[in-house]
Amino acid sequence: MTSYRLQKGGLIDRQSPLGFRFDGKALSGFSGDSLASALLANGQRLVARSFKYHRPRGIQTAGSAEPNALMTIGTGGRTEPNTRATMQELYQGLEAQSQNRWPSLNVDIGALNSLLSPFLGAGFYYKTFMWPGALWEKLYEPFIRKAAGLGKASYEADPDVYEKCWAHCDLLVIGAGPAGLGAALTAGRSGARVILVDEHALAGGSLLAETGSIGGATAAEFARQAIAELESLPNVELLTRTTAFGWYDGNVFGAVQRVQKHVAEPKANVPVERLWRIAAKRALLATGTEERPLVFGGNDIPGVMMAGAARSYLNRYGVAFGKRAAVFTTNDSGYALARDLEAADVELAVIVDSRADTAFVWSGKARLIKGAFVSDAKGGKSLSGITIWKDGKTETLAVDALAVSGGFSPIIHLACHRGGRPVWSDTHSAFLAPEQLNGLSLAGAVNATSGIAACMAEGAARASALLGELGFKVEPATFGAVEGDIAAPSAKAVWSIPGIKGKAFVDFQNDVHRKDLGLAVQEGYGHVELAKRYTTNGMATDQGKLSNVNAIGLLAEARGVSPAEVGTTTFRPFYTPVSFGALTGAYHGDHFQPVRKSPLHDWAAKNGAKFVETGLWYRSSWFSRDGETSWRESVDREVRNVRLNAGLCDVSMLGKIEIVGADAGEFLNRVYSNGFAKLPVGKARYGLMLREDGIVYDDGTTSRIEEKRYFMTTTTAYAAGVMNHLEFCSQALWPNLDVRLSSVTDQWAQMAIAGPKSRTILQAIVDDDISNEAIPFLAAQEVSLFGGQLRGRLFRISFSGELAYELAVPAGYGENVADALMEAGKRHGICAYGVEALSVLRIEKGHVTHNELNGTVVPADLGFGKMVSAAKPDFIGKAMVNREGLIAEDRPQLVGVVPLDPAQAFRTGSHILAKDAAATLENDQGYVTSSCYSPHIGSTIGLALVKRGSTRHGEDVMIWNGLRNEYTPGRLCSPVFFDPANEKLYV
Amino acid sequence: MASLVSCPHCGSRPKEEFTVKGAALKRPAPDAGQERWMDYVYLRDNPRGAYDEYWHHTSGCRRWLVVTRDTATHEIAASRDAALDVPETRA
Amino acid sequence: MRYSALSVFLNGLRGNKGWGPAWRSPQPKPHYDVVIVGGGGHGLATAYYLAKEFGITNVAVVEKGYIGSGNVGRNTTIIRSNYLLQGNNPFYELSMKLWEGLEQDFNFNAMVSQRGVVNLYHSDAQRDAYTRRGNAMRLHGVDADLLDREQISAMLPFLDFDNARFPIQGGLMQKRGGTVRHDAVAWGYARGADMRGVDIIQDCEVTGIRRENGVVTGVETTKGFIGCGKLALAAAGNSSRVAEMAGMKLPLESHVLQAFVSEGLKPFIDCVVTFGAGHFYCSQSDKGGLVFGGDIDGYNSYAQRGNLATVEHVAEAGKAMIPGLSRVRVLRSWGGIMDMSMDGSPIIDRTHIDNLYLNSGWCYGGFKATPASGFCFAHLIARNTPQETATAFRLDRFARGFMLDEKGQGAQPNLH
Repeated sequence: MTSYRLQKGGLIDRQSPLGFRFDGKALSGFSGDSLASALLANGQRLVARSFKYHRPRGIQTAGSAEPNALMTIGTGGRTEPNTRATMQELYQGLEAQSQNRWPSLNVDIGALNSLLSPFLGAGFYYKTFMWPGALWEKLYEPFIRKAAGLGKASYEADPDVYEKCWAHCDLLVIGAGPAGLGAALTAGRSGARVILVDEHALAGGSLLAETGSIGGATAAEFARQAIAELESLPNVELLTRTTAFGWYDGNVFGAVQRVQKHVAEPKANVPVERLWRIAAKRALLATGTEERPLVFGGNDIPGVMMAGAARSYLNRYGVAFGKRAAVFTTNDSGYALARDLEAADVELAVIVDSRADTAFVWSGKARLIKGAFVSDAKGGKSLSGITIWKDGKTETLAVDALAVSGGFSPIIHLACHRGGRPVWSDTHSAFLAPEQLNGLSLAGAVNATSGIAACMAEGAARASALLGELGFKVEPATFGAVEGDIAAPSAKAVWSIPGIKGKAFVDFQNDVHRKDLGLAVQEGYGHVELAKRYTTNGMATDQGKLSNVNAIGLLAEARGVSPAEVGTTTFRPFYTPVSFGALTGAYHGDHFQPVRKSPLHDWAAKNGAKFVETGLWYRSSWFSRDGETSWRESVDREVRNVRLNAGLCDVSMLGKIEIVGADAGEFLNRVYSNGFAKLPVGKARYGLMLREDGIVYDDGTTSRIEEKRYFMTTTTAYAAGVMNHLEFCSQALWPNLDVRLSSVTDQWAQMAIAGPKSRTILQAIVDDDISNEAIPFLAAQEVSLFGGQLRGRLFRISFSGELAYELAVPAGYGENVADALMEAGKRHGICAYGVEALSVLRIEKGHVTHNELNGTVVPADLGFGKMVSAAKPDFIGKAMVNREGLIAEDRPQLVGVVPLDPAQAFRTGSHILAKDAAATLENDQGYVTSSCYSPHIGSTIGLALVKRGSTRHGEDVMIWNGLRNEYTPGRLCSPVFFDPANEKLYV
Repeated sequence: MASLVSCPHCGSRPKEEFTVKGAALKRPAPDAGQERWMDYVYLRDNPRGAYDEYWHHTSGCRRWLVVTRDTATHEIAASRDAALDVPETRA
Repeated sequence: MRYSALSVFLNGLRGNKGWGPAWRSPQPKPHYDVVIVGGGGHGLATAYYLAKEFGITNVAVVEKGYIGSGNVGRNTTIIRSNYLLQGNNPFYELSMKLWEGLEQDFNFNAMVSQRGVVNLYHSDAQRDAYTRRGNAMRLHGVDADLLDREQISAMLPFLDFDNARFPIQGGLMQKRGGTVRHDAVAWGYARGADMRGVDIIQDCEVTGIRRENGVVTGVETTKGFIGCGKLALAAAGNSSRVAEMAGMKLPLESHVLQAFVSEGLKPFIDCVVTFGAGHFYCSQSDKGGLVFGGDIDGYNSYAQRGNLATVEHVAEAGKAMIPGLSRVRVLRSWGGIMDMSMDGSPIIDRTHIDNLYLNSGWCYGGFKATPASGFCFAHLIARNTPQETATAFRLDRFARGFMLDEKGQGAQPNLH
């Protein structure tokens, strides 16, 4: 393999060679190389295969628009498919693999598709593969899927870390080319907060590939000095290797910084990528232009390259893109390359200029043919020659490299992310940014300005004006004279090239060629959006950066209209693709969501708790003891022991809200459906909260601690929602009520002490008298603990149906108090119990949870009809709760359900069918909302919502679980399985 | 929206701190009749353009706001504390 | 021309010069029996079934942009019939059955791929909810399988089973669920309707609804007045705006839902998987891109674009479910405008104006419903009575208290 590296030149460090591999082959480049420039320097022209026809492809660009040179780099969890070789910096040991080829890049069986291309035109798959229908999933689709796709992603977890951050600035400058540097220097000198981002490793943009000079220094040296100044300014943040990928509402920009994608071994404590959300008071787009390809036969053969890219490889990387080159251009930019090629002693065979009347004065050695076109390129895996068409005559020429310039498209991507549509300019043969962009301006080539000096001046002027709007006074920066710049003013675009014989590609990666676009128009898919969807033009990983405008031009010609009438497809984020890792930051794995732990978590853990995720909480499920072999064994023991002796359960996760103020009672009266106005001090009451549509929202107890102070508990799941709701009611609905709300969920450790011996145990730590007379059922009051050492709140409420209390103490004392209760209860047989046992106890008692409060029931469905106050003038839900459908006779109602055979179990989620009814949806009577094994009943029991359930106690039914083939004959019954007279509550 | 929402109490804050409830409608009087209530609970103007919405600064000052926002452009024209919008049922 | 392997071959030999337009581009006639507003999936399907099943061919579909420019081309292409409620389940199953024969029916390969849909569960409560749902499906003869952790692990070993904040316990699978090439659905229906005489009129925006003596007589459009016997609205996303022209206020809000596609990859994930501990669902297109989405952005919007915070949430849930996604790159995000209804279920109904018919409120479930929605809407328009699986989609169900609330979230559209 011959070297294409020039003897001198380029911004590479020839003292630092770097070894790397491509498809296993050991190659070497220099520090400062991109993977693409290093491959080119090694003469590796064939680097990829195309998507559909598996055509040999080479490197086409030197930037982020690259459609061909996609590779898989890295290994294991660092495998990165579809990496653009043009954007990947070379590092020692880099492993790159070509993609979408079998068995090898050189010999790819898929290339046979090319032979079938007459039958594989745009949308062919919509017209066939339909018979027989069953073969689609079995045969056609697997085959197509295997053939499609690019690189192969790894299933391994990524070993590296990512991070996300916010930044704020006065001026965000996107792009550090001539205009961006002009703007950033101006803004930086003003003292304003400036952020300058550039997607490349080196700031400078086109200056890095320029051979002209600015103020006597080379362009690259000028850029280096500008960067040095910017880096010295504390108010300027320069972010290289950073791509601004989206413009969002509020002038917030998304950007991703590739912090460690250019190193062999990422440091463990530094992110590999960082996501920036940049809130900018003003932003300046200085993103330059994308050079357009030309659509001629064989325009995809390795060796055909964009002229600007060829110039970049030549001047920035010191690599010749061929040994004997040609230039095909529609504008003056091709001459800059031609000049530089000759200066670097690369043989230039010909310049083909599509313009017959070009005024450019070419003074180089190479032959210039005006008014001519390259109609075809020849070669297989590497370019061997071109056909030049002029006035109907053709001439062939042997060359191994062809540089192409079809004009320039301003990179207006970001400017179109918020709904603005690009505007076609005949003058510039290009789509320009939408007008009236709120907060965003443009400068330089992206604004159709040409020439280094003009771009720098425009950047400086825009920055000065934008900062002026913010009150900063700064003169535009000025720069020395520019020499040797071949500016390329806009030239007329060339869409169709005469005399084409071969396949002329528009979208390289997706293998869309010009005839596909013609076919789309012919078949009625001529609208630009339909043509895109039908042909897939612009849907590749480059999102049409090179192809879209050419496609629009060709569609316009086929339809006989202007590109303005065809319009563009919609520019959407992301400008270039962004990794899940960057978008995710640290929020993955067990850090996906935060963890909430009860103040009694450690107490539960040391008592043997098994924890379960409940929302963000970890709750104790059960407490296994030595010798217990199943969770059920533990839970049954806990349940029995609570009913026999006593148990302690952590209920700290319940939502707790302190409600104070002169109107707190009235407020509660309006947010609960049942009456709260007359709740005395020292008493707790069960409350039912409805939504405005009359459906039950949540339930809980609220206690009146003092005259104007209430303490509300909510369910764990709805704690945050209820708090928001109450704030809404107090702030937006009834701001005149004197009410203040505080969430105190985290301030209290709360434990349920339940069972016949609970009073005795509690009395051991409570100083006050807690006899049935002093603290009757539903009493709620502050108590003194441990001889006055601590104060807590004691509520005589019961979820289990036993004599029970809930004791709340300041969170920090929770563990000590729980320990003390366990110690005091030891001789009374106390046990810790978890939510599983709690659930059994409440099902036995027929108490509802959100299993039953499923968002579609009204109070009457649960037997709580009397809790909908008829007397109150107003409460949330009052107006809608009595609609026809909500009082209908066949509404589901809460019942109990038991199996006829106690040995048969059934599960929650089973449906209820009438006995002997066919298993159809029409016969569906309801479903089991909760179920458990009840040690008290000696069988599985359940709660269910069943049509007209309250009138059907005693009816035999089928408990139907077709999902598991479990069909359990059962009987409906009262939902209260334990102590229906509530005698235990009052002892 | 708005990546940033202006809170009258806290200034410009990231959208993620807020919860949006929907149309800022006046709650009818309890005896306003089924039609009014149906309108309030279920029917929405759903305009393309300026819209008053209830937003809650959930991870901030915890105040409910009425935010005037354009549903086509997402521009926020104004935001004020919901308590300043006098509801119909105010005693 | 009929599409077939043979026609592809013969046309290929002749340089593909023989293919005609898939549908005509007619100028509107002065009057149609039925005018359908909205050339999306539902509108085109309605026209197709009106012509094919009910013999009504003097029909125009008027579309303000290009056909399929709304949500039929902006979704995550998932089809499934795993619904819970009696008012929904038979309708979505009808839709699934129509999907199963669709391509042969309209002679267009929409790549209906019944690759299976799995909803993961991470808690006992979610398992129980899926048990309830799966049994409702089974009762209606819909396929449903409850899988445990080991079965999920065997099928999708690359999910996070080891390090997850919310460990996967299992999943509910519908094997007949899957994906469809979304744009092709619009095209197939358009071509099928056009062949049967329906006029598809693109770039024709409705600017007014003309009423005389209490009935609708036609629509004002950017291409002039078009008279009609019956007017059918199928303008999801903009339903409120169109209905307003007839003086109606609907129980809807328009919300933006984003969807995403990654760069093309070799086969990575075979079925459709829905995360149960965050908002993320994902499948892989035949072209190789991972197609995925999450929750709505949460606020009223007519702008077809979303916010970055939602993008991040979706990505976080994605990587939490599949750690290997970390280095996969997201190519593009886009936004569609959903008719979010007040109970999360759609409306297919007559209105208080005799010859005005409404199809709206699909929330983010509209794509999978396309065939049945078109079929049932056509039935309603042709027969003036609802099709038997669509009797619950009444407009008056809110006033009467017969909401169809699958999630139990109540009258707040952004929670559905």
